[in-house]
Amino acid sequence: MEPIRSHTIAVLVDNEAGVLARVIGLFSGRGYNIDSLTVAKVEDSRNLSRITVVTSGTEMVIEQIKAQLDRLVPVHKVQDLTIDGPSLERELALIKVVSTGEKRVEALRLADAFRARVLDSSTQSFVFEITGNTSKIDAFIDLMRGLGLAELSRTGVVAIQRGTGAL
Amino acid sequence: MAQNMMTGAEMVLKALVDQGVDTIFGYPGGAVLPIYDALYQQEDIKHVLVRQEGGAAHAAEGYARSTGKVGVLLVTSGPGATNAVTGLTDALMDSIPLVCITGQVPTHLIGNDAFQEADTVGITRPCTKHNWLVKDIKDLARVLHEAFYVARSGRPGPVVVDLPKDIQLTTGLYTPPANVQHKSYRPQVKGDLNKIREAVELIAAAERPVFYTGGGVINSGPQASQLLRELVRITGFPITSTLMGLGAYPASDKQWLGMLGMHGTYEANHAMHDCDLMICVGARFDDRITGRVSAFSPNSKKIHIDIDPSSINKNVRVDLPIIGDCGHVLEDMIKVWKSKQYRPNRAALEAWWKQIDEWRARDCLRYRPSSEIIKPQYAIQRLHALTKGPNTYITTEVGQHQMWAAQFIGFEEPNRWLTSGGLGTMGYGLPAAIGVQMAHPDALVIDVAGEASIMMNIQEVATAIQYRLPVKIFILNNQYMGMVRQWQELLHGNRYSESYMHALPDFVKLAEAFGAVGLRCEKPDALDDTINEMIAIRRPVIVDCRVDQKENCFPMVPSGAAHNEMILGPEDEAHRDISVEGMALV
Ligand SMILES: Cc1ncc(C[n+]2csc(CCOP(=O)(O)OP(=O)(O)O)c2C)c(N)n1
Ligand SMILES: [Mg+2]
Repeated sequence: MEPIRSHTIAVLVDNEAGVLARVIGLFSGRGYNIDSLTVAKVEDSRNLSRITVVTSGTEMVIEQIKAQLDRLVPVHKVQDLTIDGPSLERELALIKVVSTGEKRVEALRLADAFRARVLDSSTQSFVFEITGNTSKIDAFIDLMRGLGLAELSRTGVVAIQRGTGAL
Repeated sequence: MAQNMMTGAEMVLKALVDQGVDTIFGYPGGAVLPIYDALYQQEDIKHVLVRQEGGAAHAAEGYARSTGKVGVLLVTSGPGATNAVTGLTDALMDSIPLVCITGQVPTHLIGNDAFQEADTVGITRPCTKHNWLVKDIKDLARVLHEAFYVARSGRPGPVVVDLPKDIQLTTGLYTPPANVQHKSYRPQVKGDLNKIREAVELIAAAERPVFYTGGGVINSGPQASQLLRELVRITGFPITSTLMGLGAYPASDKQWLGMLGMHGTYEANHAMHDCDLMICVGARFDDRITGRVSAFSPNSKKIHIDIDPSSINKNVRVDLPIIGDCGHVLEDMIKVWKSKQYRPNRAALEAWWKQIDEWRARDCLRYRPSSEIIKPQYAIQRLHALTKGPNTYITTEVGQHQMWAAQFIGFEEPNRWLTSGGLGTMGYGLPAAIGVQMAHPDALVIDVAGEASIMMNIQEVATAIQYRLPVKIFILNNQYMGMVRQWQELLHGNRYSESYMHALPDFVKLAEAFGAVGLRCEKPDALDDTINEMIAIRRPVIVDCRVDQKENCFPMVPSGAAHNEMILGPEDEAHRDISVEGMALV
């Protein structure tokens, strides 16, 4: 068996109705995984959106996914950030922790260590904002589980290539 | 300027004319009435009224496949659009260029569950190459031209333009097709020359080569077939093709091995299995071709020429992919071959051909002839013998009769063979034949049918009558869904669950009820006369050819088996155990 690897793929698309459905439909219709998906308009002048999708599969499957994406009519460019040179990945999470006493103090101390910001607080709760790569956020969330984690909202991964190259 | 101001409905027809369309297939309804009204008031475009929208889609496919042009259909919203879905999917699987214009409820009612509303772009998204819902008259002309561009460019396919009724009635500015680059969809047409050189070098060094070609050669245009013929001739290599590719290379030529795959010839499949170089041109290694992938041609280097990058390494890993249009790539390959003065390895080829001749000697298509009962293979052989010629077009339904037609009809030219390959759609053949006959009024167009399949779109006989299309429906009537029964024999202990065709109509009377001619043939010695009579009648004819009910289609690569594990005939069938994994395959 070929090894299964996670890939972060950036897709530049026309910002038009149905384009996201097309991309998602491609994944569901062909049985590929979506581990994370983000989308937002990035270019007003050409009306382009950027989709960042994190998916996993064997090398052959990933190759297929990229070729399938690339042949969609509204797709301008596809870039595999995992193999096309070094890249940066970031995710943002909003995390609500409800607790009192020792646990509350500990949550705040850890937030500080992880450079999470306090966006909101009440006597019994905090909302933290944290940015970083997926594993850092996962680690912080794991720690919060024992300290009153109540609710979680994550953006999913956005990514970009290092250096001068541009999509 | 003023003359380019028109309603959306008029714009549709104007765009069709500007795109070179002369014939469309369709069925009216509330949501397309403005377009039908505009149609009524013009003379450039001929509309063929089918009897069900599914028929329109297959007829448009038949038109497209036999001409190389884009096929066009026009249907109403809701049920009109959903009826067309099978044909769209069929066209997607077989890479047939179609533009399907669907009516939609007015924009202000979209999403309201209005009468005859369906989410057409949602439903057809996975079964089209692309689709558009046009909500602004300003976009209409551009979208229509783009639709034709997308349908025919790169790997061809079906597209849908969904057009709300209010937009059809709104006046706007029409813009003619412009010669500008598409902003995102620009398929690569020319192959990478370095890879082409590498491929030619492999070809020159090959000892046991085989050309494996497919529908891509046909789609590339008649020129590609000519180039293929030239390359095959100058190399002296054997050639086989998929079901979709038949006709690109002449079946009468000695280098032709016959079709490959599940019901392909023994020699073609063995050559694929044992080759040292496979040159795949415009085919896609689908499961009907490869058999068990892990045992597929284990010792060969594989060159894959395809216009669709997603076809590369999808099922089978290849050594040398060349992205590009087959015609262009073949042309460049021939140029390189000639300029470098390559010669094939004659000695090795001689040995390879000797081996192939041994496989051929198995005579894998032989069957036990009979003077009492019409063997279906014999019927097809006679049909071919009496009808062959450059002006003959064969369509099929789906089942054993389809495979016998593929095995026993030798095609000499591309675009003469129309069959539902990828989707395997019963009911394809008759409407497809209607589409062919519309494009080629003087041709002999024959739908080789099964008695079960023909019932799926039998209503289209009325279309043939209305437009005086002398299509021939040649039914191999075995009173079974023969292909289903064959699998039940192979996999399910002869339990013929729902595969016997009870309550069949009297096809002769049925023909007459439509105003067509019905002929019946029950004995081998009457066959030639019946076929000749069928040809002589310049009207639609249904031939009810009663054939051996028990005959099965061989040779066969059973599900989950390798190319060199073919079942050659019924004697062979008895001792085969199909693996559990094989059982699960379709
Ligand atoms: C629309 C559709 N439904 C079901 C099938 C499955 N199927 C494949 S062949 C076949 C039987 C066809 O019977 P007939 O037309 O009599 O052809 P024969 O095999 O007997 O030559 C069926 C049901 C199909 N291919 N298409
Ligand atoms: Mg039958």
